[in-house]
This record gives sequence, C-alpha cells and structure tokens, in this order.
Amino acid sequence: MAESPSAETPLRTVPLDALHRELGARMVPFAGYAMPVQYPAGVLAEHTHTRAKAGLFDVSHMGQVRLTGADPAAALERLVPGAIRALKPGRQRYTLFTNDAGGILDDLMVANAGDHLFAVLNAARKEADVDHLRTHLPEVEVTVLEDHALLALQGPAAAGVLAALAPEVADMRFMDARAVELMGAPCFVTRSGYTGEDGYEISVPAEAAERLARTLLEHEDVAPAGLGARDSLRLEAGLCLYGSDITESTSPIEADLAWTIGKTRREAGDFPGARTILEQLRGGPPSRRVGLRPEGRAPARAGTEVIDADGTAVGMVTSGGYGPTVGGPVAMGYVPPWLAKPGTRVALRVRGKDLPAQVVALPFTPPRQFRG
Amino acid sequence: MTTLYYTEDHEWLAVNGETATVGITDYAQKQLGDIVFVEVPEEGKTLAKGDEAAVIESVKAASEVYAPASGTVTEGNEALADAPGTVNDDPMGDGWFFKMTLEDTGELDDLMDQEAYDAFVAGLE
Repeated sequence: MAESPSAETPLRTVPLDALHRELGARMVPFAGYAMPVQYPAGVLAEHTHTRAKAGLFDVSHMGQVRLTGADPAAALERLVPGAIRALKPGRQRYTLFTNDAGGILDDLMVANAGDHLFAVLNAARKEADVDHLRTHLPEVEVTVLEDHALLALQGPAAAGVLAALAPEVADMRFMDARAVELMGAPCFVTRSGYTGEDGYEISVPAEAAERLARTLLEHEDVAPAGLGARDSLRLEAGLCLYGSDITESTSPIEADLAWTIGKTRREAGDFPGARTILEQLRGGPPSRRVGLRPEGRAPARAGTEVIDADGTAVGMVTSGGYGPTVGGPVAMGYVPPWLAKPGTRVALRVRGKDLPAQVVALPFTPPRQFRG
Repeated sequence: MTTLYYTEDHEWLAVNGETATVGITDYAQKQLGDIVFVEVPEEGKTLAKGDEAAVIESVKAASEVYAPASGTVTEGNEALADAPGTVNDDPMGDGWFFKMTLEDTGELDDLMDQEAYDAFVAGLE
C-alpha cells in the first residue's frame, strides 16, 4: 500500500538534492521525497520559460522499473488495456493499470527497450505497482532502478540542447525511446514528457546525474523548473494527475482515455475490468472528464462543485488553477455525459458563489510534441 | 502621522488617526508565491475583527485575508483585479488591499509594531 509517511519518517532525497538547494529551490515533501516545488524565479516564470525555451525538471521520485523475462509484453497485457505486444522496439506508450471493477490503479509509460520493457510509475504508487506486478506476473523479473535519476528536459529548445550532447536524439520522434550515451554515462532517453511540449525524459545513473544536470543548465535556454510549474503545464496540456483526475473509482472511458485501449485488446476483452470498460465504451460512461474554463478570473480548485442550469451539483473539478499560458483560470473535472459537449455552460461553486464557466475541449494549449 | 501595525497572519495596517490601509507583508507574498487572483471587499462593507475580508489566490492555493480590526471599508483596491501580481511586486505600496475606518483604535493594542513583527518573522525562518 502507498502510505503517506508520518512526521517522524525522514524524507527520502533525490540524487540532485544538493543541486536543488544550491539553486535556491523551495523543497517540499512530495510522495515521501524532498522535492523542489519551485526555484527563485517562481512557478509563473518557470512555466512560461518551459513553453518559450526549455525547463529542466527533476522527476527522480518517480518509479523506474525494468521488466525482463521470456515475454514481458505479453505478461504486462494481463494488467493493462494497452497494446504492449504491438509496441515496437524503440517505441513508448501511455497505459493504465486497471482493476477488476474497471477503475484505474495507476497510469504509466512503457517503452520497448529491445531486450526488456522500461516503465515509469507515479511516485506515490510505485511500491503498490511493483507489488502488483510481482504478485500477478510471477514469470517476469521486476527490477526497480533505485540508483537512477530521472530528468525531464521540456520545451521547444530541448531538442537543440540535448542534441549538442548526443546528435542522435534529434532524429527521435514523439514517444521514441532509445539508449543514449550522455557525457559518458549510459542513459535511456524517451522523447516524451508531461508538459504538452516537445522534450525528453532521461533516465541517468545517479552518480552521473548532477554533472548532466549542470551541463544542461549551463545552456542559456535552459532554466530549472519545479513541481509547481510541472503541475500547471500538465493541466494546460490536459494531462491527468493520478490520485486527482484518475483514481480507482474512475474508468478509462470516464477519464476520456479510451484511446489507450488497443483495438486488439478491445476485441479480446482480456484485461482487468474489461467487462465494465467495454460496456461503457459501447453504451457511454456515467460521467466524463472534460476541460472547464471559468469565465471570470477566480481559479476553481480541485473539489469545486460543477453546477448545472437548475442549480444542482452534478460534477466535480479534479484539477484546477491558473494557467499561465492561457492567462486565466483553467480546470478539468467530471460532468454527466449530457453536459460534456464543448460549449456547454455550467457554473462552478467557488466560496459559495456560482461562477459561470464553459465546458471546453482539452488541451488548453496546442500540443507541440515532435511528430517528425 | 502614519503608524504601521502587523498581525500574526502577516497583514499590515498603515494607521492614520481612525483610518487604516490594509495589505499583506513581503513575507506573506513570498510564502504565497505568484499571486494570480485577488478579490477585495466593496466600499461600505462592515467588518468585525477576524472576518474574512479578501481572497487571495496564488499559483499554489487560495487563502483569505482577515480583517485585522473592526470597521467599515472605504475603498477596495480595484486595480488588483487586473494586476494581481502587484501584490508580489509592491506588497507594502501599490499592492494594498483595502482602506477602512476603524471602529475602535483600542484593537490596535493587540497588534505588533515593526520591531515585534521583524522578531516574529525572524523566529519563523
């Protein structure tokens, strides 16, 4: 179980802890780790810099695991609805661990690294996920890469910056994955991220992480960015935060993640919760995740009620705040299917007042991943 | 003559006779981070000490500004609606929240002066 640590539990530190402190980061507890929530520039500046040039994020609290065995892809398909066997070497895919009720246990990225699968798991869920994998896939060897940092270099300048260290990364397309040597260290690089921008995530041996981070930060286009900016960037990009936007009580269909279910998997219906999930795919889900754009300036935070034209609370905001690139408040949440159409007018009950808002299509900012 | 008072909630009051201008301190704006929304009270609103007087939202969270003393609002800083970041840039100046007529200047005795507030903040860091 992913338990929150008590006050006595010392926070775990990431390999770049000293560098974050040297850069003046404000360190906060997050999923049991001391993590940088922002640097002196602040969340707004880090957010806009990432969209304009490139932000360097430390996401080493996330779980990195290697799945090896005779056929780890076939095995993993027993736990996720994604088409993992169809994933070609050098490609990555977003998928979900589902439970028998059709709820989501976690979302994860899986890459076919040739002789093994490489997966990235949410920090707060990684121990539960590893237990889940080991319990249900006894024939697969699950190796947790405790001695690796994970850096995300995100933004339109990311490709130029990283290609200066390894020219081959320039040829990668969105969701490509490959082993790359960076400054002499064996790294695993994917062209993906959590910002809606072009960029890379770099799995790097812990002892080489600081030298790599310092070299990337020396580039004039690169600035450090914390978890605060990461959250506002992913919200504008319409990407889900596990534990808020997707949970054990939301299905992939409700979460508007039907696209993650492979065609062959739909036909076979051989993943946990398939009965409920496929039923919702055919008949429609009881609620749907949508974008919500407040018309005024007041942000609507997670937990804000969504109100219909009759004044009835019919839904809930699951993520919300200020979108620096949008220049105003943005949110996402769940509404009944009959209110899910973009353009539908609803209200959000903020501090007892019903503020007008519109259902909008996600993402809030145009996706800029590099598709070649 | 204007005298500055502070609360433990990191609000300041610049008091001149029976009128006071209210805002949040530099320490408060730094803790909040980038401020993206401010809602100030309207002219004529009566406030009892401790009442919720204004709302302030940063990129991180929403928080309230409580009335540091009882009285009647004479002006809200409407400029903050379009430029909430002013609170970060100039918390003790253009980033003021509202002005009020004090009901009982005796309530000010419970507040801190500059020296006491500086010591209070030093104790938090």
